[in-house]
Amino acid sequence: MSARTLFDKLWDSHVVNVEPDGTALLYIDRQLVHEVTSPQAFEGMKMNGRKPWRLASLLATPDHNIPTADRDKGIADPVSRTQVETLDANCAEFGITEFGMNDPRQGIVHVIGPEQGFTQPGMTIVCGDSHTSTHGAFGALAFGIGTSEVEHVLATQCLWQKKAKTMQVRVEGELKFGVTAKDIALAVIGRIGTAGGTGYAVEFAGSAIRGLSMEGRMTLCNMAIEAGARAGMVAVDEKTVEYMRGRPYAPKGEQFEQAAAWWRSLVSDAGAVFDAVEELDAAAIKPQVTWGTSPEMVVPVDGRVPDPAHAPNAVKKSDWERALAYMGLAANTPIEQINVDKVFIGSCTNSRIEDLREAAKVASWAVAQNRKVAGNVKLAMVVPGSGLVKAQAEAEGLDKLFTAAGFEWRDPGCSMCLAMNADRLEPGERCASTSNRNFEGRQGQGGRTHLVSPAMAAAAAVFGHFVDIRVLAHEVMQ
Amino acid sequence: MKPFTRLDGLVAPLDRANVDTDAIIPKQFLKSIKRSGFGPYAFDEWRYLDHGEPGMDCSARPLNPDFVLNQTRYQGASVLLARENFGCGSSREHAPWALEDYGFRAILAPSFADIFFNNCFKNGVLPIVLKAEIVDKLFREAAGAEGYKLTVDLAAQTVTTPSGEAFAFDVDPERKHRLLNGLDDISLTLKFTDQIQAYEARRKGEAPWLFA
Repeated sequence: MSARTLFDKLWDSHVVNVEPDGTALLYIDRQLVHEVTSPQAFEGMKMNGRKPWRLASLLATPDHNIPTADRDKGIADPVSRTQVETLDANCAEFGITEFGMNDPRQGIVHVIGPEQGFTQPGMTIVCGDSHTSTHGAFGALAFGIGTSEVEHVLATQCLWQKKAKTMQVRVEGELKFGVTAKDIALAVIGRIGTAGGTGYAVEFAGSAIRGLSMEGRMTLCNMAIEAGARAGMVAVDEKTVEYMRGRPYAPKGEQFEQAAAWWRSLVSDAGAVFDAVEELDAAAIKPQVTWGTSPEMVVPVDGRVPDPAHAPNAVKKSDWERALAYMGLAANTPIEQINVDKVFIGSCTNSRIEDLREAAKVASWAVAQNRKVAGNVKLAMVVPGSGLVKAQAEAEGLDKLFTAAGFEWRDPGCSMCLAMNADRLEPGERCASTSNRNFEGRQGQGGRTHLVSPAMAAAAAVFGHFVDIRVLAHEVMQ
Repeated sequence: MKPFTRLDGLVAPLDRANVDTDAIIPKQFLKSIKRSGFGPYAFDEWRYLDHGEPGMDCSARPLNPDFVLNQTRYQGASVLLARENFGCGSSREHAPWALEDYGFRAILAPSFADIFFNNCFKNGVLPIVLKAEIVDKLFREAAGAEGYKLTVDLAAQTVTTPSGEAFAFDVDPERKHRLLNGLDDISLTLKFTDQIQAYEARRKGEAPWLFA
């Protein structure tokens, strides 16, 4: 057989049927379910008297609407509460495993899937959420779907799909101290644009990617959707296999070794041809900060807000002007002179234990320097990705470091990434955020979002404005 | 699903690139557990001057006079003319639900985000990709003539201007068939039950842990 890409292998092993026009019926191994995009799907199932095809393929948790403080008081907003209760009721009615709001394993779907070993290499994984691309970090084919397709997978265990083109994004070399997977993701999006990956399944490869932890790979694949990609993925290696070992839903004993042998084959063959290739030099990537209202509007922290006068074309010029007006920024402002009002450390992009450890190093340094969250910062919040991440962080004392430095330590959920719960920006407020989207209104109507890595967000909290983490790195990040 | 065959519709131009699904339907409206009623909140943050919340009576809310869809000449539009990467961001199907409920049945753009594009077909909304030059031309024509209409013929795969100029577009044969006939995907897929079960049986033998 000719050399195949990882995507080819994942695709080929899941095709149930192909129609004459090339549309394939693809088998889906796993579906993660949350409260926002599932109620209409369950309603459709009930109206048609249908049952889920395979219950063991499903895992549900509420995450988008969940309060991150005073959870014992329940959800104050009655509309949010109804949505979460609807998920509880649907899971109970259909017999679907759910980590409910007060389950210690509850968390953001894209954090708990891997954490539980529910996400496994070689699988097809879907969820009614665009950031499902996260799970591609495991050598899986994972992508977001709409509610009609949520229902379709519930009822048939399959989806109709046209095969995507393949793109390899190769990042070679070593990342500089203080530069993270988040910065790679933003640098890639800055390079290819938010539509650069449209129609492609993107495989991240190269020595810098192999050098990333599984959590870093999840951050990177998570943001593949912000480049427009159908899916993001990373080939399996020993880090992948070791991550899986001992997870609650992972295969056990002899079956683990049998599975691992297959997982290790989930790499692109030597000589496999991609439809497109992008190459980046890891050593040249600097910490990134978005300045506008699209993730492609990004510059290095030592850069300046761009000038629309230098935009490459008329459409971009008007986009940039509109973005600057919305963001309340003047062209040519140095990024490090931008003050922030709030800081959000969390989301399915950056709320795992390693993210919190990186941010906590800054908090720890601040405490040692007798510093705290800067006076102009009204709120700096840390929202762990799951109950288990929270427990781990507390076992390591990270919560104490954060609170000593003036950060708020919250309960797990999507929180201010999209502000469906009570955590949000007020109009005009500016936020350093470790989330994934800086769209207008994303974190609250009129709110202004700057996307950064966890350590960069924590440093912005302490200084009250963006700072180059590399300058602090040798002091802080030890 | 409502079938889509032929549409002779008033055109509304939305002249900005990368319109995301957060803009099409902001998050607070995603708390609804229903599939309908999103139209009054489509583009909520651009369309109204106040802050919208689910359940609000929008007829009494202050409209943003600067938002193009609020212009009298575009009332009743069913064809949305848009720019690159329309529908990017969140997978929320509430976006096509909102557009459809607003009255749009066809969206013309140089490119769409994948998930949004796919979601449209599930809801009787036809997303049409046309070359950027053609879209540019349509923007100019729509701006120049009040009451500008386009005819979209799915069977013929053409968009025709008032002057009779026709532009061909691509659509997957399978999607076209389903949209023309308003077919329910799930019932169609369930006809493949034997193949799905055979796949599962084979896969269980090869990789039993996938079914644990």
